[in-house]
Amino acid sequence: MSEDIKTFTISVYTENNIGLLNRISAIFQRRHINIESLTTSQSEIDGVNRFVIVVNVTKTNAEKIVKQIEKQVETIKAYYHTDEETIFTESCMFKIKSELLFEEPQIQNIIKESNTRIVTVNKEFFVLEKSGRRNEIESLRRDLNVFGIMQFVRSGRIAVTKDEMKITELLSAFNNQ
Amino acid sequence: METQTLNKKEVAEKTQRITGCEAVVRSLIAEGVDILYGYPGGAIMPVYDELYKFQDQIHHVLTRHEQGAAHAAQGFARISGRVGVALATSGPGATNLITGIADAQIDSTPVVCITGQVASHLLGSDAFQETDIVGISTPVTKWNCQVTKAEDIPAAIAKAFYIAKSGRPGPVLVDITKDAQFGELDFKYEKCKGVRSYLPVPKTSQDAVNAAAELINAAKKPMIVWGQGVILGEAEAELKAVVEKAGIPSAWTILGASALESSHPLNVGMVGMHGNYGPNKLTNECDVLIAIGMRFDDRVTGDLNTYAKQAKVIHFDIDPAEINKNVQSDVAVLGNSKESLAMLFDALNENSHEAWLQEFRDLYQVEFDSVINKDLNPTKQGLTMGEVIKQINIQTEGHAAIVTDVGQHQMIACRYADFKMSKSNITSGGLGTMGFALPAAIGAKMAAPDREVVAVIGDGGFQMNIQELGTIFQQKVPVKIVVLNNEFLGMVRQWQQLFFDKRYASTEMTNPDFVTIAKGYQIEGKRVSNRKDMEAAVKEMIASENSYFLEVCVEKEDNVFPMIPSGASVSDVRLS
Repeated sequence: MSEDIKTFTISVYTENNIGLLNRISAIFQRRHINIESLTTSQSEIDGVNRFVIVVNVTKTNAEKIVKQIEKQVETIKAYYHTDEETIFTESCMFKIKSELLFEEPQIQNIIKESNTRIVTVNKEFFVLEKSGRRNEIESLRRDLNVFGIMQFVRSGRIAVTKDEMKITELLSAFNNQ
Repeated sequence: METQTLNKKEVAEKTQRITGCEAVVRSLIAEGVDILYGYPGGAIMPVYDELYKFQDQIHHVLTRHEQGAAHAAQGFARISGRVGVALATSGPGATNLITGIADAQIDSTPVVCITGQVASHLLGSDAFQETDIVGISTPVTKWNCQVTKAEDIPAAIAKAFYIAKSGRPGPVLVDITKDAQFGELDFKYEKCKGVRSYLPVPKTSQDAVNAAAELINAAKKPMIVWGQGVILGEAEAELKAVVEKAGIPSAWTILGASALESSHPLNVGMVGMHGNYGPNKLTNECDVLIAIGMRFDDRVTGDLNTYAKQAKVIHFDIDPAEINKNVQSDVAVLGNSKESLAMLFDALNENSHEAWLQEFRDLYQVEFDSVINKDLNPTKQGLTMGEVIKQINIQTEGHAAIVTDVGQHQMIACRYADFKMSKSNITSGGLGTMGFALPAAIGAKMAAPDREVVAVIGDGGFQMNIQELGTIFQQKVPVKIVVLNNEFLGMVRQWQQLFFDKRYASTEMTNPDFVTIAKGYQIEGKRVSNRKDMEAAVKEMIASENSYFLEVCVEKEDNVFPMIPSGASVSDVRLS
């Protein structure tokens, strides 16, 4: 019986070392799994980085990928979670011609109704920023597209899990082995 | 000649201001390295200059190609259980190591490769002989790093040795820039005892062992398939104790060969594409399949949709990523095989499965009548590969370490070699690297000079690293080389015959006079093409105290059977 493909958020806690991104992305590349989004940043622990990777795969594949990631020497722990198990968001920015802000009152309504923030305004352009779920960002993009978008950029997903991730305990276990 | 001699303790404890390249050599001495394989070049020359100074302590073997160095380091590691070391320069020197590194990765062989790199200010500038070897080797190393400062060299090498050898072993690469080799540091060596974020051996759960024992104790038709994890875990005695106590028919993967002697009554042969008929067929009839230190490679399982579906599967492995990777297990026992098998032994009931074992014997008889007897005791005119292996068994009394290349001869050697002691089968399993055997045999013989090391190679693979005859000649390595010459890339030809309508596209080889080539390297040699001469020739080879080259001209179009066609079920194993 074939398994359903779902969206999984893979969270990886790692040492902050050069080359690890290469090792981790190669795990997906070998299996022909497209990474929908990838964000890396510092985590809540000094010297420990966190990768948040979004992929559309079966649960079995998510489990296998996580094991392969954990196998890397400098990976502390990897997890996979469904959308229901995480709180997640993305950010985006739009650069739009300034004249539209004044000539198209509809744009002001869109900004207000979507809780979008104006980051900067100058004579040539203004910049909007919004955080939210992918569908909210896409809906905003559709609305603004009608008027013309000079530049658009969207970040990868960032996510925290509803359940606890006991990384500090894990690190002390490693230190005490 | 100016040389230095330091003991390991002196090297490690004496803090001194030294150069990075001296730190490389002292770090190697501190790790107990007394032999390494490599090839000098621009970016690694400072290290070579230091090796010249320390040549009383570290014997550097100049191979004729860096691939040879990597394979020699593998052969050294596989027979000794120690870490093999290879050294190369930047650029092509480093990339030439890659095949050996990839081979070591898939066959879990502990190897440390040290490569020179262009000076750090040139990194990324496409400088002469610059390649991103860390990037290139990332997918095929257990760990790798680049060192750009002299003071980071000892810790990087210490970490490299620890990671290469611990847990599931593997290859590690340390790339050192030339300026780091020339830079200075206060040297003090501390062996690496652990790496945060790396748990090499997962703890074995007593509950999991109990669950495994419960299934085995209740089984009517249990079957063990063990792999190299038993040898790497030095668990040969524990495996034997488990097999004998529970009376379980036990088969092996190609890399597991020799962990239990071939003649053991419960050793039922090899599984896999060219494995034995009985264990392949009966994999799909056993009620409990106990996999120990093996990874359910596709060459072992054939079609996964039909593999051992009737059986409860128990999987012992040190690597959690192997559990449920290919075959879903009912019970997983993580940990080192030496400990987990000892725990299993305590929980097992004494048992015997005579009727079940008889099924293996019956199928062996079928295989013997239709395949084995023809291979070992042929009546046709042409020589078979099997009878050559049989003769080697007789002349070495089963005590030789057999190093094989890849192809038909490899399958024949693994099937028919009479292994009496562990670590006697050195072959390229997972990567299937032609060109492996000749350099690997050099490493094996140098690591175990008291053992008879016989390299069995096909005419194709021999020519892939034939230049290493030069290393044998220069180093006077008394390795015995047997080339089974069928003037074909035999295994590919077999597939062409069976699956490509006998269209022998680019598989026939016009070979040179191998004996003359060997003689050019001052290696005594002989060619045999008649059965009547074979016994004497093998005898002469084994009796020789020096390296010896024996070419045996075998039947051109013999095939290796049994065979599971690629992607077919293990039950569909063919005898012809």
